[in-house]
Amino acid sequence: MNNKSNDILLEMRDIRIDGYSDDRWHEIIKGVDLTLRRGEILGLIGESGAGKSTLGLAAMGFARPGCKISSGSVQFDGMELTDMSENERRSLRGSRICYVAQSAAASFNPAHRLIEQTVEATVQYNLQSERDAKLDACGLYKELQLPDPDNIGNRYPHQVSGGQLQRVMTAMAMSSRPDLIIFDEPTTALDVTTQVEVLSSMRQIVEQFNTAAIYITHDLAVVAQMADTIKVLRYGETVEDAPTRVMLSDPQEEYTKSLWAVRSIQKQPSVSDDIALEVRGVDASYGASVKVLHDVSIKVPRGRTVAVVGESGSGKSTAARAITGLLPPSKGEILFNGQALPPALKNRSKEQLQRIQMIYQMADTAMNPRHTVRDIIGRPLQFYLGLTGRALDARILELLELIELDASFMDRLPGELSGGQKQRICIARALAAEPELIICDEVTSALDQIVQEGILKLLLRLQEELGITYIFITHDIATVKAISDEIVVMFQGKVVEQGSKDEIMAPPYPDYTELLLSSVPEMDPDWLTNLLSKRAS
Amino acid sequence: MHPILSTIIQRLGLGLLTLFIVSIIIFSSLEFLPGDFGQAVLGQAALPETVEAFRRELGLDRPPVERYFMWIGNVLQGDLGNAFSGRNASGVDRSREVWAMIEPRLMNTLFLATMAAVIAVPLALFLGITAALYRNSIYDRVVNSVTLTTISFPEFFVAYILILVFATYFKIFPSLANISDDTDFTEKIYRSALPAMALTMVIVAHMMRMTRAAIINLLASPYIEMAELKGVSKSKIILRHALPNAWAPIVNVIAFNLAYLVVGVVVVEVVFVYPGLGQLMVDAVTSRDIPVVQGCALIFAGTYILLNLFADIISIISNPRLLHPR
Amino acid sequence: MSDSENHTQSSGYSAAGEVTLVKARRTFSENLIRTLKSAPPTAWFGMIVIAIYLFVAILAPLLAPYGEAQVFPMAYAPWSDEFMLGTDALGRDVFSRLIYGARNTIGIAVATTFLAFLIGGSLGVMAAIGRGWLDQVLSRFVDVLMAIPSLIFALMLLSIFGANALNLIFIIAVLDSTRVFRLTRAVALNVVVMDYVEAARLRGEGLGWIMRKEILPNIMPPLVAEFGLRFCFVFLTIAALSFLGVGIQPPTADWGSMVRENAGLIQFAEYDLTAALTPMIPATAIALLTVAVNFVVDWFLHKTSGLRDEQ
Repeated sequence: MNNKSNDILLEMRDIRIDGYSDDRWHEIIKGVDLTLRRGEILGLIGESGAGKSTLGLAAMGFARPGCKISSGSVQFDGMELTDMSENERRSLRGSRICYVAQSAAASFNPAHRLIEQTVEATVQYNLQSERDAKLDACGLYKELQLPDPDNIGNRYPHQVSGGQLQRVMTAMAMSSRPDLIIFDEPTTALDVTTQVEVLSSMRQIVEQFNTAAIYITHDLAVVAQMADTIKVLRYGETVEDAPTRVMLSDPQEEYTKSLWAVRSIQKQPSVSDDIALEVRGVDASYGASVKVLHDVSIKVPRGRTVAVVGESGSGKSTAARAITGLLPPSKGEILFNGQALPPALKNRSKEQLQRIQMIYQMADTAMNPRHTVRDIIGRPLQFYLGLTGRALDARILELLELIELDASFMDRLPGELSGGQKQRICIARALAAEPELIICDEVTSALDQIVQEGILKLLLRLQEELGITYIFITHDIATVKAISDEIVVMFQGKVVEQGSKDEIMAPPYPDYTELLLSSVPEMDPDWLTNLLSKRAS
Repeated sequence: MHPILSTIIQRLGLGLLTLFIVSIIIFSSLEFLPGDFGQAVLGQAALPETVEAFRRELGLDRPPVERYFMWIGNVLQGDLGNAFSGRNASGVDRSREVWAMIEPRLMNTLFLATMAAVIAVPLALFLGITAALYRNSIYDRVVNSVTLTTISFPEFFVAYILILVFATYFKIFPSLANISDDTDFTEKIYRSALPAMALTMVIVAHMMRMTRAAIINLLASPYIEMAELKGVSKSKIILRHALPNAWAPIVNVIAFNLAYLVVGVVVVEVVFVYPGLGQLMVDAVTSRDIPVVQGCALIFAGTYILLNLFADIISIISNPRLLHPR
Repeated sequence: MSDSENHTQSSGYSAAGEVTLVKARRTFSENLIRTLKSAPPTAWFGMIVIAIYLFVAILAPLLAPYGEAQVFPMAYAPWSDEFMLGTDALGRDVFSRLIYGARNTIGIAVATTFLAFLIGGSLGVMAAIGRGWLDQVLSRFVDVLMAIPSLIFALMLLSIFGANALNLIFIIAVLDSTRVFRLTRAVALNVVVMDYVEAARLRGEGLGWIMRKEILPNIMPPLVAEFGLRFCFVFLTIAALSFLGVGIQPPTADWGSMVRENAGLIQFAEYDLTAALTPMIPATAIALLTVAVNFVVDWFLHKTSGLRDEQ
């Protein structure tokens, strides 16, 4: 990360962008300044709705349909983009400024081969002949460590994996040797182990060609590996600007600190031999052929939290479906308080259903948008406990207080709640049944960091007060550290390891656990460098 | 086997199965007739023996399954049986072969439908694509409102307006489309001008709206935005990035509307007294001449199914996921 | 209404204080007035036209100068003070029949559409929840029914069962319910896969509760729009069949048959334009109502989601 000149490449001054919604214009970027030197990488970080992508696209002089740059200046290499004609702006895109999108699978045209799309811009601007551009693209594929670099370009987008597509898209951006690349959450959709590979190849190639970049993400640990300086954005305004190392060691603003809030929670693990739920040798499959669980055994001690960790496709959510009876196991059994539960949901008694509750990842879809908070929390109270009238209202109110909300929320619809509030209502709905065990399926992964912290603290407090047992399904190691007593690691439908948090989190690790744990980015700018050199040796 | 081939064979099989079931439904319409329909066809004066002979001719003395296979066997050889009309109580049978009645009419209807399609398809695609490209412009709004109005019009309304304006007020075209086998080609076109125009107007409106919706849907894809961010020009985005993915939706729109044409033709033929299949069917329904109704229904339904099958196959072979499997 | 500007900085974080967007509480009539105020002119036009049609249909006996089938001894009388739109071939007052026609034509179409929704809607929701064999059987059956163009199918069935209003209603309703079934099933399937439906099943709720409380409220908006579109389709189909002479039978006054009965007058345009316009008036009445409903539905669709741009 050297070779930085003082030559300013991009300078944005007092950028204001309006977005159109609910029949009127709202300001979504409220006067942001941004300076980028040649060869420099700027990390643009913020939570959902902060306006990161909008700002990133504005650096290309582009506004999505329904948005417009209302004022401010964008100087790129001495040219004022806002004064240019649309055609002049267009001629910069794909030649001097390139873009790498979040969803590679959707951003490639399904009808054309990868290599055609990789060289399209380069050939169109006559920067290289088609033949040379294609040869060069193969070289880039190789640099980016894609398998079979000479031939992978002849495939169609649906024929390669998500991680590979993301790298092909980086090659596409690099093909014209631009001065600036905008990376818009390029690794967000990838699993952690894939993310490491993609990150390292992207970092290597921008360094090699001394390309300036704006790296947009919500993950501070990821951006710390890539960026020279970091800009924190919230509600369309700059919160803090600082060089990466300064930002990590000495953040000035409260909000910046809250960005790694979850990492500050540390539960003191405790063990217990009193087993509430036991999954014993369970196999499960979707349809007749697709077997997703292979001989899965999990023990869940009473009043403790068992975190089930794994990447997408590891079978962790399927395990939850087997426990709840939504997907009856084809082999094995599930014991609850020492008694075998009927495998299928429809054969379980109301009392058995009441004892095990579930909280979902997307609180949005877990609540009926047409029911009020009163209906949502009230229904299990009526259904299981037979509460009505005053008693019902009083209990709903108690539950709302338990989750730190008040009576004013009673008659709101889910659409009128924030993400964190929605998840709290879901927690209250689970609590209303007075369960012994709650299965939490990625309950915090759709939430912003500070909200995650609040939810995790709430869950911990509820466990202390009510002695509830949790099965906590997640792919996020920071969350695991924050909340678990015991950890189960799953991979390809099998349990790789189960044990107390201290055992699992300390070496020696089995291969997969090692790979998984080491792939989780840390708040250390040298983490990726160290990891790669360690893996290489 | 290549997945494209197996998918196509699967669709063809499904199409054949559908045709088979539809033929059963059409065949069994005879079963639902009231028991005394023989009397009704032949007249009250018919002798019991005559009625019995008639029932035997229709095979009503044999089990339905056996009768179906005989019927479908004949149909496949082009024999749709004899019409009910032309019989009388005395047992003298002047009924005509259904196929002989249908054939010339079918040719006329195909002529009319082709004429309408040749005008309507390119026109609708042009209007739909341009409206989608210049979305929310004045042009788009005008085209949109006009077509929304037109699809709300019954076919006979459109047809009578055309007659009123172009036949009785300005005597440009004949109001009755009187054609026969020995009418020469240009004369045929001239006489069929108004019915073709009426059909075109109805089809264009539907087709244009569906094309517009399909293209707009396509232009909202992330890969189109990606192409914009690569600096690809507007015309190239359409030609290189949108069009290759647009075949399937466009072909579906065309097939759907050609199938719709099949229905629209019935009413339009009646308005212009055009000697086509639709006219024949309506007459047969009025006189409850079941074999003729069956024959017409079979041809209409068959065309409809084949058109949709054709569209299905085109969208299969234009799908890169199937063309280039993993 | 959005208060995203007055957010608090994170130092004072509380769950209740998180930024949200609370819609102002309004009564039903306030909401209705707000919605109507934002309606475009086309929608206004549509609503006014529909209101007039309903008014005429309901008050037909009071508005019509003569009886529905009252015959006068003068066939094809010209437009005059006595017979506003003249008389038809049998000497019946065209204007009166037009007014009664509103009641008959719209009434039959509405009844048919309701029946189609009753059949298609309930089966569609059941298929979506139940999946399995019921869904398979119904879906395949509907596929086959939809493989025959519905006007052709209707013509065939009418030739078997005979053309009368009752048969017409049943045949069209059954044929049209296939489309309602498809839509309802598709929309309901989107709702059935939602976590809140799974949550209700995990709670142990019965099928009836899930259908009524979880699914129905969420599929209403597209179904309401579809009702408008299906009504137009049914209305036009019945008009076409009546026009072809196999729909609503005389002496019942009905717009489709009125066009057919007076179509011959169109030849006299050069001698008496008003006579030529006589068959056009019921045809216009049909067209105007469908245009009006389409305009309102278009606006409604645009408001509720913007999905389903067409078809």
